[in-house]
Amino acid sequence: MAADHVDHHEHHPYGLAHQFEDMAQQKESVLLGMWSFLITEILFFGGYFLTYLVYRVNYPVAFNEGSHHLDIGLGAFNTVVLILSSLTMAMAVHKSHEGSRNGTLGYLIATFILGGVFLCVKYFEYSAKFEHGLVPGLAWHPHGEQSPQLALFFSLYFGMTGMHALHMIIGAGLLIWLLVKTAKGTYTAEYNAPVEIFGLYWHFVDIVWIFLFPLLYLLGRH
Amino acid sequence: MATAEQDVNASGYAAPETNYINNGYGLKSWLLTKDHKRIAVLYMISISIFFAVGGLFAGLIRLELLTPQGDFSHSDTYNKLFTMHGVVMIFFFLVPSIPATIGNFLVPIMVGAKDLAFPRINLLSWYVYIIGGALGTIGILAGGVDTGWTFYTPYSSTYSNSNVLIVAFAGFLAGFSSILTGLNFIVTIHTMRAPGMTWFRLPLFIWAHYATSIIMLLGTPVIAITLVLMMLERAFGFGFFDPRLGGDPVLFQHLFWFYSHPAVYIMILPSMGVMSEMVSCISRKRVFGYEFVAFSSVAIAILGFLVWGHHMFVSSQSTYAGMVFSVITFLVAVPSAIKTFNWTATMYKGSIVYNTPMYYVMGYLGLFLVGGLTGLFLSNMGLDIHLHDTYFIVAHFHYIMVGGQVMGYLGGMHFWWPKISGKMYPEVLGKASAVLVFLGFNLTFFPQFVLGYMGMPRRYHAYPDEFQILNVASTGGASVLALGYLLPGIYLVWSIFKGAQAPQNPWGAKGLEWEVADSPPTTFNFESTPVVTEEAYNYGPIEEH
Amino acid sequence: MWTDFPLFPEQASSFALKVDGIYFATVLLSVFFAALVSVLVIIFAIKYRRKSPDEVPRQIAGHIGLEIFWTSIPLVLALGMFVWSTVLYFHITTPPANTLEMYVVGKQWMWKLQHPEGKREINELHVPLGQPVRLTMTSEDVLHSFYIPAFRVKKDVVPGRYTSLWFEATKVGSYHLFCAEYCGTEHSRMIGKVHVMEPQDYQNWLTGGVANEPMEVAGERLFEQYACHTCHKVDGKGRGPSLVGLYGKSVGLEGGGSAVVNEAYIRESILNPAAKLVAGYKPIMPTFKGQISEEGVMQLIAYVKSLKAPELTSVE
Repeated sequence: MAADHVDHHEHHPYGLAHQFEDMAQQKESVLLGMWSFLITEILFFGGYFLTYLVYRVNYPVAFNEGSHHLDIGLGAFNTVVLILSSLTMAMAVHKSHEGSRNGTLGYLIATFILGGVFLCVKYFEYSAKFEHGLVPGLAWHPHGEQSPQLALFFSLYFGMTGMHALHMIIGAGLLIWLLVKTAKGTYTAEYNAPVEIFGLYWHFVDIVWIFLFPLLYLLGRH
Repeated sequence: MATAEQDVNASGYAAPETNYINNGYGLKSWLLTKDHKRIAVLYMISISIFFAVGGLFAGLIRLELLTPQGDFSHSDTYNKLFTMHGVVMIFFFLVPSIPATIGNFLVPIMVGAKDLAFPRINLLSWYVYIIGGALGTIGILAGGVDTGWTFYTPYSSTYSNSNVLIVAFAGFLAGFSSILTGLNFIVTIHTMRAPGMTWFRLPLFIWAHYATSIIMLLGTPVIAITLVLMMLERAFGFGFFDPRLGGDPVLFQHLFWFYSHPAVYIMILPSMGVMSEMVSCISRKRVFGYEFVAFSSVAIAILGFLVWGHHMFVSSQSTYAGMVFSVITFLVAVPSAIKTFNWTATMYKGSIVYNTPMYYVMGYLGLFLVGGLTGLFLSNMGLDIHLHDTYFIVAHFHYIMVGGQVMGYLGGMHFWWPKISGKMYPEVLGKASAVLVFLGFNLTFFPQFVLGYMGMPRRYHAYPDEFQILNVASTGGASVLALGYLLPGIYLVWSIFKGAQAPQNPWGAKGLEWEVADSPPTTFNFESTPVVTEEAYNYGPIEEH
Repeated sequence: MWTDFPLFPEQASSFALKVDGIYFATVLLSVFFAALVSVLVIIFAIKYRRKSPDEVPRQIAGHIGLEIFWTSIPLVLALGMFVWSTVLYFHITTPPANTLEMYVVGKQWMWKLQHPEGKREINELHVPLGQPVRLTMTSEDVLHSFYIPAFRVKKDVVPGRYTSLWFEATKVGSYHLFCAEYCGTEHSRMIGKVHVMEPQDYQNWLTGGVANEPMEVAGERLFEQYACHTCHKVDGKGRGPSLVGLYGKSVGLEGGGSAVVNEAYIRESILNPAAKLVAGYKPIMPTFKGQISEEGVMQLIAYVKSLKAPELTSVE
């Protein structure tokens, strides 16, 4: 079937993995790979959103009531924090394209700090829920009268924001790895795909929150 | 470039001294390998072990069903046996079977690449699979789970024992492993095809794996989140599926089948890819209707996502939803029919050799025909009321999964064995096992169609007397089938040490893996990147019809 | 009764012939296609056996006419089967107006059945010949499925909601009743018998033996025991709507929309009163979830069904 051969024994560009022919193929592959992975994440979170949709339609009263138990101030603050962190992440990618090690490092650190702030706020929110007895299964003793399906709202609240927080924690871990590699000078203007694809992941996690915030905190407020 | 079948013992072919097998010794060189071929071998060993475990459970089930009374095992044990049989066979054998073994081995070679796009992700997928398998084993040893592999709520989320958490998480990990495999294939096929390898010059094996990978990517995350929801409910009583807390048990079924139906296409499409390769080679002809076969794979992948409700016709799902699912299920049968007709037409006026792969081709055609046609009984809403949850269903899916997929896997293993191992297996034993599998399989599962129509429900530990005679026939068939599976396990391994040296292209087949790569291939597959100048299966010029 | 090698269950309901008919038609169709392909493949394998090691046959790429042919024929056949099967499904799932009502509660691992006249059965169901019967069913715990092979009828029994099936028995005898949705340890022992009797024998059975309280009488007792009558007054002047003549009617709901007062609506109103509140009333009814059993709910439903408005005499 094959008639001719293409020779490829000469110089090996910095950062080129052995299975790829050239940097262009590597970049294309790596980007397609991350987009494909993010599509699986959309389907993954999609299951949660579908469940939310079904129960919200069935129990509007309980969901409105649940919404009112959440701290809209903290939620809004966290939303701003995450959007800012996406900005710093985009700047980090931009700097890595320029080949600026310090620029990339600075913006990655900023992203990490903002992510950390988000997670701290989430910790405070969760603790408050434990105190008020609004954690289904683990600490469920809401006082006063409540809708019979309020527990369902909070199950979805903890399930969805918990899964999101898990993705943030994984992102933070990957970010540390990226920080170390950047500090070592691993990335150059020609080889910076890992920063770029991590940026895609980070933006995705941000977008999930941008859906979660209105659906959990804002709906039903007049 | 072979055009004729070479004499196996001729000294014309000089295999290279260093190939992927002997390029580095020691456990570490295998367990930390990045070579897709070594990873394929790691998978081959592990899925064989899981197949044996799942098969053992099946044997115990069939032993119990020899008599109408539940006298061989306690009901609890029996329920755990069929659950673990399903979990192991589906998540740890069928889903990875062809893709992670033959697919991993061949996809890069067939597109003309040195390796998959992400070799380390490939290795990671094997480790995630092994950890899942270990967890599943722990679950079995801890006493097992008795929910059925379908984990229906509220039984699994409220009433069953807590081993369900470990086993469900094991399934979650196996699913994640398959996502990584599918992702690797998609990227490789898109970006790493050799110069001249256009989409319509790709072997149909690649088209089949591409369609499979799309399903893996889009479907598997949904079972992942479904298992998470069920585990959260079991662990914390969250209430998604428990009506006492406002939840809906039928919602679980929708979420579960949204993946698990496309999953059956993950399981069958790769074997259809194997069939296309083997039919073409044994007939020494192009596959008839190449584009139609290629597009059928994609059509099956797409339509397969739209039919999940045919598992739920009696679940209290709305009639109108049922109608939509029913009509699309009838439609999804059509691309499979197209493939079957095209394979048959490939054999027309071919030059057919009677070797072991040919025996597997014939067996697959026969068994897949029955399996696929019996699907028509089940897309039929009125009839499905009677047949749902009976042995008719069990027979139907075993005909496709075992009669189709496993025969495709075994056939593919025999077909590419000379390439993978560099050795030839004993031909007589190869043919004998194919015959044993075909006969044993039919004897095991055909009676189950009758049992199902007679009304014997599935997952029954004890049953009314009048069902016994067919159950005895089925168990008898299972023993023959077991022998048919045991034999290749023995002689394929034997051939690694004592088999005759394989030539580069023992079947005179077309394809980069046969014509360019060695038997076995070197670590980077090709000395230099091949350039492709002709379409697939170009055994000769096309006659104007 | 049984031949040595039976191929299908007895045909004991009005559905059986229809279902068997479509089954055998599908069998014939399948046998035809299976035979067609198998015979062709075998003939080709024999006729075109490789004659010499170097033989290369004529290469044929394809034939679009043939592809269209063997795509459209299965397509037409499949769509035809779809229409036939859907019509059958509608028939099996649409009960006629004059059904005898019976109630089923499934629980791990038994079937509890109630006749409105009062007879209760466990794992057995007596029904009269030639009379449409409708079963309203629910589960106390996990999913089950009520399956009578001889009637060709099956429906899942779901906790938290009502499902129903109907049939008309056409042959006197006793037939298997199976649970067909895996439900735990003794799933395969959750079986029983359906006994079809001549109408007169059924009547005798119904009224004979130990006198059982009719469901509506038991329901009336519960109605008073749980103080329902203090709000749901007959004259409609209480805090809740009057239930007289309400069964089967459509009611407007608070917040818009409407609902038909059927078994499912009544059950929901008892267990989750705020869900579908009748327009003009306040959400003050307490929930009886956990206090009344599923059978008790069915008895209350039978009672509500029995509350008919006084008959209007015709004008002429």
